[in-house]
Amino acid sequence: MTAVVTPAPARRRRGPGPQKMPLGERWSRRGPLLPALLLVLVLTQLPMLVTVYYSLQSRNLLRPGETAFAGLDNYAAVIGDAHFRGAVLNTVVLTASVVLLAMALGIALAVLLDQKFLGRNVVRTLLITPFLVMPAAAALIWKHAMFNPLFGILNWVLSPFGVERVDWVSEHPMFSLILMLTWQWTPFMMLIVLAGLQSQDPEILEAAKVDGANALQTFRRITFPHLRRFIELGLLLGSIFIVNTFDPIYLITQGGPGQATTNLPYFIYQVTFRAFEVGEAAAAGVVVVCCTILIATFALRVISSLFREER
Amino acid sequence: MSAKRSRRKGSALVGVLAWAAALVFFFPVLWMFVSGFKQEAQASTDPPTFLFAPTMDQFEAILGRDFTPYLLNSLMASIGSTLLVLALATPAAYALSLRPVPGWRDSLFFFISTRMMPPAAIILPLYIIASNAGVLDNVTMLALVYTAMNLPIAVWMIRSFLLELPTAVLEAAKIDGAGFLTEVRRIILPMIAPGLAATALICFIFAWNEFFFAVSLTSTRAATVPVFLTGFITSEGLFLARLSAAATMAALPVILAGWIAQKWLVRGLTMGAVK
Repeated sequence: MTAVVTPAPARRRRGPGPQKMPLGERWSRRGPLLPALLLVLVLTQLPMLVTVYYSLQSRNLLRPGETAFAGLDNYAAVIGDAHFRGAVLNTVVLTASVVLLAMALGIALAVLLDQKFLGRNVVRTLLITPFLVMPAAAALIWKHAMFNPLFGILNWVLSPFGVERVDWVSEHPMFSLILMLTWQWTPFMMLIVLAGLQSQDPEILEAAKVDGANALQTFRRITFPHLRRFIELGLLLGSIFIVNTFDPIYLITQGGPGQATTNLPYFIYQVTFRAFEVGEAAAAGVVVVCCTILIATFALRVISSLFREER
Repeated sequence: MSAKRSRRKGSALVGVLAWAAALVFFFPVLWMFVSGFKQEAQASTDPPTFLFAPTMDQFEAILGRDFTPYLLNSLMASIGSTLLVLALATPAAYALSLRPVPGWRDSLFFFISTRMMPPAAIILPLYIIASNAGVLDNVTMLALVYTAMNLPIAVWMIRSFLLELPTAVLEAAKIDGAGFLTEVRRIILPMIAPGLAATALICFIFAWNEFFFAVSLTSTRAATVPVFLTGFITSEGLFLARLSAAATMAALPVILAGWIAQKWLVRGLTMGAVK
């Protein structure tokens, strides 16, 4: 669990460059790759192209006869839709809060776990469990056992502080979701930061101690710069996954009350499967993909820098 | 002497803090597990009931309520997709590491970029294509979708294990005149077997827990365990003990798989970029 990165693919294994490789050799090398590539293309890229195509059409599954080319009308309709803009805002608020809170807690827990203490492995096992629990099961347990206004654990824990009978889900829906998702994603951040901490060169830390650096100085000058890429990776991958949050919204708030917690995936799900407005749902989907590509570009850059590191 | 004592005090403080955090984070899981063994009246009390005579009633009720078909669908979709992922990803990872194709780097990043695609953006065409092909509400279709979902992670993970193979061993095999198939079967596969097992566990975890595709692409025949849980959305009535029992059964396989695979979890979550 200590090393950092994908080791460099050794150059000498690469053989001759693509130009010099004979055609047969090139295809015999490609062969093993093709089935996997084909399946991913058919099941992810092809549907994406279809989505783009639908987004340019006026099409409702309930009125199959009335399909027509619509140009950019769906995009105009989606962007002009206050519900869509609300969903964008909710997505940003939800994602940013959860990613930042989970990272802050994740760093704190990783620093604790990097020390030696009694039962460290048990503590680590307990701490990663929230991330493993089926998200649908976790969402329902939080909804009915933690957030319940009458017998919920949250009210019971807070009762010594004068909190009484708060109906968390209907009075503070966004806060409830952020709390539940932070609980779920903190272990993810913790694991990435912990891997970063444990990949530090112990000799450098020893040298810092010999030179008389205190713990805080060592953390600020040596550990933090080393951790930076791990933190960036956690933030970016976390954002990509959390933007797609669906389970707790479907199961805890159903996007409500009103539209208060409708995020983009839930909005698209509703437009698709409740209103059957294919064109609009597709246009909203394309907008989400464009935003994701923006985040993903940075994520890929960090991954490729980790990847190149040991070269 | 005093430095040593203060260090020991510091480590005790770290231990206490870490244990406290672990208990807070683990509590909802523990509560889910405990409440499943209660009677309904004991599950919804204020203040919460901690001492009670455990009962298996709720588990029996869930199993009696047609839970089994959902469980079987989940098992088929997750295990089926995991096996298919391994069968497709292992050769692909080989073609992207030990005997790389021209332009392997582009293929590698293509795979990872598909994992970042929002499922909501492709659900509609998948639904329409599946519906036209008559494979809506079909476990095989769901398993194929999970295969596409997990392939990028598996390719990256297996590749990272292949690259850790000592070059000397591979070269020695070549010098001894081992053919390609012998090399794969006798040397490469046994050496990366633990890595393949770890990859399988990670893929199983993601497939088992998946909800969005399951709830969109299945209805009655192929519905999986998380879809079964949607029966507990309502806030009407007392059912917390029963929900807890169902949630425990739903979550347990992956909790166990994750505990076993925890050493490799971070590699799977970051697609092999962090070990």
